[in-house]
Amino acid sequence: MHDQPSVSELVQAVKSFIDETAAPQLKGHAAFHARVASNALATILRDLEQRPSAETEERAGLIALLETGDDLTHEALNRELSRRIQSGEMSADTPGLMAHLKRTTIAQVEIDQPRYSGLKTAKA
Amino acid sequence: MGANSDFETGLHTLFTGVFGQTSPLEAFKRLSGGASQETWALYGGDHSAILRRAPGGTSNARSSAAIGLPAEAALIEAAKGAGVPVPDVLHVLSEADGLGDGFLMSRVLGETIARPILRNDEFAQARTVLAKQCGAALGAIHSISTDGLPSALQLSDGMAQIAQYEEIYRSFDVPRPVFELALQWLKANAPAPLETVIVHGDFRLGNLMIDETGLVAVLDWELAHLGDPREDLAWLCVNSWRFGQSHNRVGGFGQLEELLDAYNGASGLNILPKDVDWWELLGTLKWGIMCMIMYEAFRSGADPSVERAAIGRRVSETEIDLINLLETANA
Repeated sequence: MHDQPSVSELVQAVKSFIDETAAPQLKGHAAFHARVASNALATILRDLEQRPSAETEERAGLIALLETGDDLTHEALNRELSRRIQSGEMSADTPGLMAHLKRTTIAQVEIDQPRYSGLKTAKA
Repeated sequence: MGANSDFETGLHTLFTGVFGQTSPLEAFKRLSGGASQETWALYGGDHSAILRRAPGGTSNARSSAAIGLPAEAALIEAAKGAGVPVPDVLHVLSEADGLGDGFLMSRVLGETIARPILRNDEFAQARTVLAKQCGAALGAIHSISTDGLPSALQLSDGMAQIAQYEEIYRSFDVPRPVFELALQWLKANAPAPLETVIVHGDFRLGNLMIDETGLVAVLDWELAHLGDPREDLAWLCVNSWRFGQSHNRVGGFGQLEELLDAYNGASGLNILPKDVDWWELLGTLKWGIMCMIMYEAFRSGADPSVERAAIGRRVSETEIDLINLLETANA
C-alpha cells in the first residue's frame, strides 16, 4: 500500500485549501462553517498523532484500576468502570480513580480542544 | 411564493397596526437562522422592532423544556413589572395577524456576542459593573410573582434535572465514566431545595444585550421554569460560559462575591459562594449532555452539518471542568 501522500498530508492539504483559498471567499454562515470544518480537520490531525499512545495508556490504566485481564475490549473496560461508579462500588475516594480519569480526560481534551481554558486549570 | 407574500402582507399590517398608518414598514430582514425561533428585524420611519416567531409560523417548541412564544411574551411583561431590564413587548400575535405564533418587541441596541464583550475596549467600563448588574437582574427575576403567569412554566428543581439529564445520557448508551462520577457526587451531596422561584434557565453572555454601560436587556426566556434560585447564579459561572476568561468566575467578566452581594441585596436571600458550587457542577454536566444531544442530531442524520458533528468533540471540555470541580470539592 502506498502512503504518499499520507493521510495526515492529505488532511493538511485540504485544511490549507479551506483556510487559504475557500474560506476567504465565503461570507456569513458559510464562512462560519468553513472555520468549523478547518478546526475539525485540525482535530483529525491531532487524533491521528496522539490517539494511539493515549489509548494505550488509558487501557493500561483501566486494567490496573479494574484489576481485570487483558481480554476485554477498550469499550468494555470503560463500560465496566462506568458500571462500578454507577453502582457505588467506586467513588472519588477510590485510590487511583480520579488520577486515571484526569489523565485520560487531559489526553482527550489535548486532541479535541487543546486551547480550552479548563485544560490549563487541570494541568496547573 | 404565495406563502411569502402572505407573510409580507402580514408584516406590513402588523407594523402599521403597532406604529400607525404614518409609519409603514420599509424594510425587514431575518436576523437568526436556526431551527428554534425565527428572529426578524422590522424597520419603518423612525421605528424599528424585533419579531420573534415560531419557525415558518408553526408553533413547535424547540424541546419539551421550551415554554412557547405566548408564554415567553407574558413572562417578559411580568419581568418588566418586577424591574428586570427587558425589551418592551409591543404585540402578541393572534390568529387574526396570520403570522403564526410569536410576538413583536422593541429593538434594544447593543452586543450579545461574548468575545467582543469580554475583550473589546468599548466594553471595558461595562465589564466593571456587569457582575453587579447581573446580580440585581437575577434578584429581580427571582422576585417575579408567579400569580397569573402562564401554566406552561414547569417545576424543575435540582434532583428533577439530574433525573432528566441522566435519562438522556443513558439513552445514548455511551460510557462516560466522568459523567458517572459527577452524577454519583451530585446525588450524594444534593443540598436541600430553596423556595421555588421563576428561573430564567439560560442567563449567560449570548442571551444578554450589553452596551458600553453594561446590561441593557435580558433576552431568550424560552427555557424559563420554576425552580431553585441557585440554578441561574451557578449557570452564569459554568466555565463554558466564561468564554476563555476562566479567572473571572462570573461569565468571564466578574467575581462571585460581586454577583452575590448585588443578588442578595435585590432578592433578600442570603446565598453564599459555597451554595453555588453544587449547582455549577450540575450546570457543567447539563451542558456536557446538551453537547451530546446536539451531536446526536448529526449522528442520527437529522442535521448533517459539520457544526453538529464537531460539537461532539466539545463534550470533553465539560469532562475536564467536572474533574477540576470534583477535585476542588473533594480537597
